[in-house]
Amino acid sequence: MSGRAWVFGDDVDTDAIAPGAWMKAGIDALAAHCLAAHDARFAREVRPGDVLVAGRNFGCGSSREQAAQALQHLGLAAVVAQSFAGLFYRNAINLGLPVLECDAAARIPAGAEIDVKLETGALRLVSLGETLRCAPLPPFLLEMVRAGGLLNQLEKRLAGAQERKPA
Amino acid sequence: MPQTLAQKLVARAAGRATVTPGEIVICRVDLAMFHDSSGPRRLQPMLERLGAKVWDPARIVLVTDHYVTGEDEESRGIVRIARDWAKREGIRNFYDGLGICHVVLAEHGHLRPGLFAVGGDSHSPTGGAFGAYMFGVGATEMLGVVVTGEIWLRVPETIRMQWDGRFADGVCAKDVMLFLCGRFGLDGGAYQAVEYAGSAIAALPMQERMTLANMTAELGGQTGLVAPDAVTRDYLAQAGVREVEIAPWQSDADAPLAARHAFDAGALEPQVAAPHSPANARPAAEFADVSIDIAYVGACTGAKLEDLRMAARVLKGRRIAPGVELWVAPASRMDQDRAHAEGVLAALEDAGARFLPNACGVCAGYGGRFDAQAKVVSTTARNFKGRMTAPGGEVFLGSPYTVAASALAGRIADPRAVLQ
Repeated sequence: MSGRAWVFGDDVDTDAIAPGAWMKAGIDALAAHCLAAHDARFAREVRPGDVLVAGRNFGCGSSREQAAQALQHLGLAAVVAQSFAGLFYRNAINLGLPVLECDAAARIPAGAEIDVKLETGALRLVSLGETLRCAPLPPFLLEMVRAGGLLNQLEKRLAGAQERKPA
Repeated sequence: MPQTLAQKLVARAAGRATVTPGEIVICRVDLAMFHDSSGPRRLQPMLERLGAKVWDPARIVLVTDHYVTGEDEESRGIVRIARDWAKREGIRNFYDGLGICHVVLAEHGHLRPGLFAVGGDSHSPTGGAFGAYMFGVGATEMLGVVVTGEIWLRVPETIRMQWDGRFADGVCAKDVMLFLCGRFGLDGGAYQAVEYAGSAIAALPMQERMTLANMTAELGGQTGLVAPDAVTRDYLAQAGVREVEIAPWQSDADAPLAARHAFDAGALEPQVAAPHSPANARPAAEFADVSIDIAYVGACTGAKLEDLRMAARVLKGRRIAPGVELWVAPASRMDQDRAHAEGVLAALEDAGARFLPNACGVCAGYGGRFDAQAKVVSTTARNFKGRMTAPGGEVFLGSPYTVAASALAGRIADPRAVLQ
């Protein structure tokens, strides 16, 4: 998958990603205001397959998983950051949104075309002809992302338990 | 193998004798707490999709606090979903409109040393003040807990914040946390366990310890811990909890730590964090030229009984500056009643305070916010852009002492001058 990089700074908080004033609205309205405090163009112009690139501690603040959900709703292929706030990181994985930690994230220019290989953690900067290495997800988290999140995994697990029950 | 308090709590929940930082374990959850926003309205559709039942209704605590003050139909609908769900699922621990979840959970005796708990709110580390391992999770992860009773955890390292000596009069737990956010940043806790220790911490009452653990969220820790002691036992006895284990829930003296930072409590000054981050903390005295329109005493972080007492000590017998609004939203009904009985509410009211319901209110920013021109000084935990005010507004964070002193002065003020 490849897309354009949208670049943000350090400590991007969940109030910016999923503004509280829109938390009672549906995901469409919430996503339409995603990161408006930082970049009013972002929610309007982001395209499916694009990649969000950030500095340290992305997603700090609230436990609201709508922050990860809004980014997923906008079609982002992945979020690449120097580091993530723990709660956001867990929420993203649980919803099946790929997140990658990359020390070199600051070297990705805004608008660059990026090709993300989730399995290996390789980020290819297509136009620059450079490849950055991220820490790949631990296998069991990668499995959850591939399954499309925890809910899908639970569904399979519960269905399996049902089948194993004697008639 | 020597273990930290955090390791001991996780090991018990994982059914192990010991655990090693960095390893991933599956823990049994003793208690799952969530509120109207993160809870039933998100969980119910997922439970229906799975056709699954709640693993143990007795281990769930549901609190309405985020949308109870909403006057629009959407807010009322969200609260209604919570009420209906509690009834249908037989949730006996349902606290409806009685205050903010972290405070209500504590005052009803749900937290105790040794517990492993999750909360559907980022300030869930508050539970760590009782020597429990408690942390926040999102709704889908909570759904996993509600269906299976389990959750995975990467065993945390422990960062110890050691405060010895005595805090000056007018300096409190909120100042400690703003100082630590300023010193170490919003990711200073590195999603590990932060343990607060030392003689200055041991001297703090339970609700002050809750403020430390609570704002571990802003420091970026997964949980914030205070080892239990006689103060914990006395608080819990009042909350109706009789059997409290203290001895097993202490860090071993020689347990390896990720870091140990030592501070002289007596040297700490009142702190204020400038917009738009708690990490912008500096001594309150440096903000003396900042005029304010609104002083806000609210939230789980800053409107518990201890917080209300601090504000009242500053305001008793005085009047707030002309043109300044002082709003007080006591964190729970119980704390409000106690503050009333002690004369604390009267002191606030006589000084010019106006009161708001026992709920998250403007702190969460889910309902009303202050307007875009507002300059606010607030006892809450977060001053991110556009959270408590419309974009354009400015929020400065301080302790209840500092917010009260600022309301008197009409500008940000170091409370120590008033308390002398």
